[in-house]
Amino acid sequence: MHQAREWNGDWDWETGSRVIADTKPWNESYSEIHEFVTSRDGEKIAAVVKTEDDTHVPCVNGQPWSNTFEKAWSLRFCPDGRLFCFAMNDDEWTAVVDDEPWEETFDFVWNPQISLDGRTLAVNVRSPEGYGIALNGRSWEQRFVEARSCVLSPDGLRTAANVQMESLAEGDILGFAKGVWSLAVDGRPWDARFLNVWGCTFSDDGESVAAEVRPNLIEQTIAVDGKPWEQRFKAVWEPVFRPGTRDVIAPALTGEGWKLLVNGKPLWDRSFTQVWHQTFSPDRRIVAAVACPEFGRWTVVVDGNLWPCTFSHVVMPPVFSPDSRRIGAIFRDEGSWGLVVDRDPWPDRFDMIWDPVFSPDGDTVAVKAEKRGKYYLAVNGKVYPRAYDAMWDPQFSPDGSKILVRAIADGTFHRIVLPVSEVVG
Amino acid sequence: MGLPKLPKVSDPGLDETAKMLTPQRIEEVINRVIQKETAARLKVYMNTCVHCGLCSDACHWFLSNDRDPRFSPVGKVKQTLWEILRKKGRVDPDFLKECSRIAHTECNVCRRCSMYCPFGIDIAYLLLLVRRICSLLGLVPQFLQDTVNSHAVTLNQMWVKQDEWIDTLQWQEEDARDEVKTARIPLDKEGAEVFYSIIGPEPKILAQLIANMAQIMTVGGVDWTMPSLDGWDNSNMAMYSGDFETMGRVERVHHEAALRLKCRRIVMGECGHAFRGAMYDGPKWLGWKEPPIPLIHAIDFYHELLTSGRIKIKQKFEEPVTVQDPCNVVRGRGLGGKLREIVRMTCANFTEPEPGLEHNYCCGAGGGTINCGPPWKPSRVKGNRVKAEQFEATGAHIIITPCHNCHSGIEDIVAGYNLGMHVKFFSEILVQVMDVPEDLQA
Repeated sequence: MHQAREWNGDWDWETGSRVIADTKPWNESYSEIHEFVTSRDGEKIAAVVKTEDDTHVPCVNGQPWSNTFEKAWSLRFCPDGRLFCFAMNDDEWTAVVDDEPWEETFDFVWNPQISLDGRTLAVNVRSPEGYGIALNGRSWEQRFVEARSCVLSPDGLRTAANVQMESLAEGDILGFAKGVWSLAVDGRPWDARFLNVWGCTFSDDGESVAAEVRPNLIEQTIAVDGKPWEQRFKAVWEPVFRPGTRDVIAPALTGEGWKLLVNGKPLWDRSFTQVWHQTFSPDRRIVAAVACPEFGRWTVVVDGNLWPCTFSHVVMPPVFSPDSRRIGAIFRDEGSWGLVVDRDPWPDRFDMIWDPVFSPDGDTVAVKAEKRGKYYLAVNGKVYPRAYDAMWDPQFSPDGSKILVRAIADGTFHRIVLPVSEVVG
Repeated sequence: MGLPKLPKVSDPGLDETAKMLTPQRIEEVINRVIQKETAARLKVYMNTCVHCGLCSDACHWFLSNDRDPRFSPVGKVKQTLWEILRKKGRVDPDFLKECSRIAHTECNVCRRCSMYCPFGIDIAYLLLLVRRICSLLGLVPQFLQDTVNSHAVTLNQMWVKQDEWIDTLQWQEEDARDEVKTARIPLDKEGAEVFYSIIGPEPKILAQLIANMAQIMTVGGVDWTMPSLDGWDNSNMAMYSGDFETMGRVERVHHEAALRLKCRRIVMGECGHAFRGAMYDGPKWLGWKEPPIPLIHAIDFYHELLTSGRIKIKQKFEEPVTVQDPCNVVRGRGLGGKLREIVRMTCANFTEPEPGLEHNYCCGAGGGTINCGPPWKPSRVKGNRVKAEQFEATGAHIIITPCHNCHSGIEDIVAGYNLGMHVKFFSEILVQVMDVPEDLQA
């Protein structure tokens, strides 16, 4: 969020609506149009299209790239506005950014990870030598039997993946039980081996890595830089580092139920039927998580204190405002979706709702929501009456007084800047 | 008892791992499970059973093994859990190997016996408890354990690598276009109405089923997607081996993949045990009373497509057909009526199996038994003679089985008893008979 605040000051924040592209003529030019994506500043809309000669190409605001491909997928805009996709010609895959393919090609590429500033791209790759990761077009020197996941450090300089160190014959359960999985950082694997490695995460300075590991068939724990916690559990979930420290926080299934632990010891003196998706506030002081205090009821827990409202189906990961004052989380309850902000659920319910977006000062919260197949902007609990056929997450101006809406209506992509005061009345 | 000796089956998952066990370890694990993981339910079941044996006639294993009491549900509990409890966990590795053989390979946890128990005791639960103990002690048949290892590593049951999955979808999309020219498999489409999930064997060995679904979705005008990363496999053999921690992880990834893509609901392919895992056992372990977003089995979905008119039938399938009622979606979910409706809407010549609906016999493959692999196949096929007799009596040529375990298990039965019948998923019938509008035809 703080990253967006830095760069969106250059965007056009003049109030009003601009037509960026009429996508209807695309239907006449191309036999097939895949899903639309838009840039965060709302100035571009793009989709992979199929041309007359059966090639695929990203088309941006109606203009196709110069390169064409037999296959193209995973199209998306980076936070800095560059357009990315995977593409294949002559059975060779690579990543393409703004119409520029990486020089190195692979047997296959997938799972793009993009840094917060959009400058760094990491992907999983397979080549004849094995599996690895490529970062900004340069792949790890080391290759592995398999590499699953691709995790990028917050600064975008380092990458990690859980990797298989030895091949196993089909059905070799005894070999598997000895542990053939590890975690590789920048291509260098930990010395330690485990039955499984999952859910890796970097510290915010990128110097340390933690992951869920399974040392044997019936125990799980957290390993930090290859060293497992002494404590063992029936199960654990993804760890996170407390920002600015080497402390690792992770949920674990203990004899008393699920607990949130720090470095293997209880963080709070309470347990839950379930707890996961722990998240730190931007100022690093508060930890919030999704919790199930009793079977079938879900809520948010903040520094160990449960919100009083609970929901029947699910609560999604909490989102902090940039100033750390506020927390919002979307939920599904009794068959419909809603948003709860600071313990108070909005009265409106929707068929679907997206994560909340806070203004830089935290005072305003906006969401994209769907009702009966149409998309709406809702701000501070009030639904703006204009309906769209498609919509992307709203964006706030640096001073929080305006909202950028990116939306399609009747085949036309609009870039709309609304004063917050107009939306909330 | 004068009963015939059962054939000895070698399985390193039991033979080798049993060598590593100590009496202390066995006792500690058993008592921990009994004290910490069971509750009043176990006590009620154990105290309520009057040993009447009425469950016996419910079991295809008992009926197919000439009423050998060792294969009756209560007999299986008597040979395993009763002894474990009576001896307070002080049992030896050889005994536990037998427990695994009985619980993992000779019970499909199909729950037919519960319907015949005068008290409705969930006898399958008792056998699953035995499996849980065996799993924590490392005593799981090799091939089943290997499947669980695959779940733990790849979050799918067939060691399908991430790149192989995506590549297969792209290849199947091309194949689907040979029939329906606009067929697509949209990957990671946020906000799609349907998150379609399948089980590991589809990309591994039955990839044409994915192409079939791409055709059906396109003709039905369904807004759908599949994830490019983990969470696409809805199956869960860890639920059946007794590794509930891996089961929970698999289910969480499946449901969260759909939540992340903001899909309205999950439609699961034709698999029964996967439905049980995703609808009941998995969510319960995770704290969800029910799945976090609506979830339906393929039978329900096909029923919607056909009754709403989104898919029309060009000409009904003519060959005589019957159905296999998968335990987990018919006895467990009551979809037998809808299954018959969609079969009658698409097939001209349908014969009911007898018994049918919730009284149907299990395929003999479910509950993880087919995943126990080739060493156990002869006993599995022998243990379901009644299923062969049931199908033979229908006179059908085709057995429609909307479940992967049923499909594979019944293929083994058909071959083992020389029935000369063929086994099809419902989607294979549907793509054959549906009306593809002219503008979509390749």
